[in-house]
Order: sequence, then structure tokens, then C-alpha cells
Amino acid sequence: MTMHDVWTISETLNGKLKQISFELLARGRKLADDLGVALCSIVIGDGISDEEAQTLAHYGADVVYLANDSGLASFECTRYANVLLSLIETHKPEVILAGATSSGRTLMPYVGIKAHAGLTADCTELAIDEKTKNLLQTRPAIGGNIMATIITPNHRPQMATVRPRSTKILEPDYGRKAVIQYVKYPDKVSVSTISVTGIRPFEGQQSSIDEAEIIVSGGKGLKKKDNVGLIEELAAVLGGEVGATRDAVDRGWISYPHQVGLSGKTVSPKLYLAVGISGAIQHLAGIKTSECIVAINNDEQANILGLADFAIIGDLFDVVPELTRQLEKRNNA
Amino acid sequence: MDPVTGTMIRSGSVSVLNPLDLYAIETALRLKEEWNATVTVITMGPAGANRILKEALSMGCDEAVHLSAREFSGSDTYATSYILAEAIRKIGDVDLIITGERATDGDTAQVGPGIAAWLDIPVVSYVASVDITSPSEFTAERLIEEGYQQVQGTLPALLTVVKEIAEVRLPTLRGKKRSMNTTIPVWGVAEVDPDPLKIGLKGSPTRVVKIETPKVSRSCRTLVIGEELSTEVAVSELIEFLEARNLLGQEV
Repeated sequence: MTMHDVWTISETLNGKLKQISFELLARGRKLADDLGVALCSIVIGDGISDEEAQTLAHYGADVVYLANDSGLASFECTRYANVLLSLIETHKPEVILAGATSSGRTLMPYVGIKAHAGLTADCTELAIDEKTKNLLQTRPAIGGNIMATIITPNHRPQMATVRPRSTKILEPDYGRKAVIQYVKYPDKVSVSTISVTGIRPFEGQQSSIDEAEIIVSGGKGLKKKDNVGLIEELAAVLGGEVGATRDAVDRGWISYPHQVGLSGKTVSPKLYLAVGISGAIQHLAGIKTSECIVAINNDEQANILGLADFAIIGDLFDVVPELTRQLEKRNNA
Repeated sequence: MDPVTGTMIRSGSVSVLNPLDLYAIETALRLKEEWNATVTVITMGPAGANRILKEALSMGCDEAVHLSAREFSGSDTYATSYILAEAIRKIGDVDLIITGERATDGDTAQVGPGIAAWLDIPVVSYVASVDITSPSEFTAERLIEEGYQQVQGTLPALLTVVKEIAEVRLPTLRGKKRSMNTTIPVWGVAEVDPDPLKIGLKGSPTRVVKIETPKVSRSCRTLVIGEELSTEVAVSELIEFLEARNLLGQEV
């Protein structure tokens, strides 16, 4: 039986590839090499140039399937799924990887059912079993307290999603070129009864915490809404985003898109700075995969210290402004 | 005007109501009030899941169906979404299916979109607001990475909703009384009538082959501000720590 290819689902915004696309290639490259097959990337969107598509080759892709269509400009599950299912039917990939993003986490389960495939969400580790050549998919389960390794022994493709920011991209090789295959399925796009009419940006300066490299989060210790400015200033000087505990969101200090934890977002930034957060288990489950956790807290017994790499025990109303001041000084130096 | 029927789905099998499903119930109840609809709540799980359905009834849901059978156990999200979809087919005449964003235990977010795929209806995920604009049309906003994606579409459809969509009501005393006196039907293999090859462990493409408890190997360096350590020094030590790990951007 011939082994088929490894695919990644690239994501674009306004014709440009998003970071997750390159992260998936780093994951996929290793799997494709271990299986001895090609690494292909699926790009679905509108107005994506060949030049942009070729950047996928620099980061590991051998083949790019490029579906440009005005009806695919913004993610809509039925349309994207129809395109992907047509490609799956034609090429029968071995493995499909996508980002655990709002679109990846919608497209993959929908397509998984239609393609009669197995799907594992939020994998932190992906490897090929040497003997069986099955994809070993490891993910945190039960609130991140255990790691489960999952296989899909009898169904193909084997599908998995990977959290954004959990993979280091490969060193680019600007000499690499990919074969671009153009795909068009206008009839598959037009059948959808859902249409995207626009996008409403987040209010103020806020943007999404899902893909942030640095997150400064506030909890109950901020005491009142007026003090949220303290962590906003710190986030700004760090070039990061503002996060919040459920407590801070329920009190109306910070809006829901910023909520981190089991009933909010699971994040894995490079740096998570927890300000005035005691560390409820639901919150900790949402930050476990962060590369570095720093706590600023007045309680030496706080749960968060069990997960933190560095902690300052003191009055956050002194520590945070001082930190902002010193960072500003450093930035201006 | 056709009534809108909301159906709430809970994935997983732990017998506490997934907190994120409350928002699905609340959304259904609001649409019920607006459109004079019937709301049916469905869950799949062991006998104890009965309690969850009673809670939903006491909040104002009209009907409840409990999917429970030995043959259903061991189902992964593929088989679970299949069983739920088959049950929804049996209920029939469903205009709108609403699920929570994901279960806080399994955390896969796969069952909602999976049901839509089995039923071959559109899925709109991460919905932060929804308006039913006519008996067969809706508009919604999806909470995505870049903001709120605005969509319009036709019913039937499946929505997965996020916490932001509504504040959840509490059960009423009258609702509690009513739910106490209601016997919730339990549907097994005979009632749902699924393809036996698509349910339970046998019907699940994925297999768990290894479970590990990760060791927390973080060692925390803790600085306590006091007489011996000023805020200023503690903060500069933190900055040194972050610089050493290259966490303060490129200009280092």
C-alpha cells in the first residue's frame, strides 16, 4: 500500500498567510520526512498571490493546493469544507493538520465526519509510530491534568489540530520552491446558505489573546475596574495583550474575549504575567502550556506559585507601575 | 409562523452540567420567548445525567431526552455526534440546534460541528450574538481571532455559542416543581436506532493508547518584597530573568 501525503491547512487574512500556517509546516515536515512522503499545504481564501503561496515552500511545503475564490475570502465552514473534501477525495492524504483556531476547530470536526476520519483536538505532540506508521497524537485531557496519546488505527486521513504558538517555525530556506496546484470548485462554494457579511473589530485597542506571545492578565487582586489600566499599560510596554480571570470578567472589569481559563480561552504564550491572580484550578488549566509564567501577588501561598517560574510577592499597586517604568526606560535606552 | 425548535446538546458523560452549555440553554430559552418555540434539551450520558436534564427543565426547557445505553459508552466525538444527530432526526422538525462552545472536561469542541456534518446542515461556531430575523433566517456574530465575524444564513442550522452571548437565568421555583414531576424519557439503541457499527468504541475511529500524568517540573523563583528587598530591586531582577530567557522582544 502506498503511503499518501501529509497536509497542513494554512490560514490567511486579507490575502496574507497567518503565523499558524508556518507553525503547522514545522509539525508536518517532520511527519512527512518520517513517512517518506510529500508535505502539502492547503490554502483556501481569496487574492492569495503565487509569491505569498511560495513562502510556504520556504518553511517546508513541497506542494501547495491554492483555492482562490471571492466566496472564500472569509472562513465559512460549509464552503471551506466542500473545497477540502473535494481535495481529500482526489488525493487521499494520510494526515491532515490544522490550527486549533476558531476556523480550524470548526472545519476539522465537520470535515472529519464527512470524510469518516478520526480527529484529535489540541495536540501538543505529534509523532509517527515506527512500526505501525500510525500518527501518535498526544493531547492534554481532563482539564490538562493528564496527557493522552491517541491513534486512529483504521481510518484515513488521520486528522489533528495543534494550538497556535505551540510550535517553533523552521528556519526559512528561500531557495526552496513548491509546486502550486490551483484548485477551483465554484459550484461547491455557491451551495452554501451561510454568507459572511462583515467583520466588527474589537472595541478599543484590544485584539485577540489566542495568538499573543505575551499576555498580562489581571484577577481579583486588581480590586476595581479603574485599576485595569495598570495591566493595560504594562501589556502595552511589553507589546502584549491583556487577559483576565473569570472573576475579573464577571465583575465587568474586562470583556469576555479576554477571559483565560476553562470557560474562556486556553492560551500558550511565551510569557504569561499573572497580576493579582490567586490561581483557581480552572484558570491554571488555561495557562499550563505557557512557556514562562510570572506571578505578581501579595500571597505567598497562592496556587499560582505552583505553576509559576518567577514570582514577586508584594503589593501589585507598587510592583506593576515600577515594572512598567523600568521597562519603558529599557525600551527608550 | 412555524415554531422555532431549539435543541441543546451536551457532549461527554460526566453528570454535572457543562457550564458552557448553560449559555446554549439560555440562548434557546430567549429565542423560545421571542418566537413561541419549543425547546428540547438532549444529553447523552449515564443514568446520573438525568439530573442535568431536570436542571434544564427547571430553567424553562419544554422537553428533555436522555440518551443512555451500554452500547453508547466508549464513543469518541465521531460516534457521540452520530448518536446525537440520529436522536435529533428522530425528534424531527428541528429548526435550530444550539450547543455549548465545548465541554470543559473533554475540551475538544468537536461534537457541535460533528452533529451539523451528520445532519448535513450548516454550522456557525463561536456565536456571540444571534438574531432570528424571520422563521427561516438568522444573523449572527462569531467571536474569532480578529473580532466579530458577521454572518447571515438560513435555518435549519447548528450554532455553538460562547459565554458572551447571554447572562444565564436561574431556575424558577415553578420550573423546579415541574421538573421534579416530569419523567424524562430514556432513549437507548431501540429508540435511537443507530447503525450499530457507528456507535460506542467499535464505531469510534480514535483510540486512546496511553495515559500519562505530566510531572510539573517548574521551579518557582520567589522574591518577597520587604525590609530586605525593595520593589525596585525585585523588579529589576524580574527584568534580568526575562531578558535571560529572551522574552522581552528583539531589541535585546
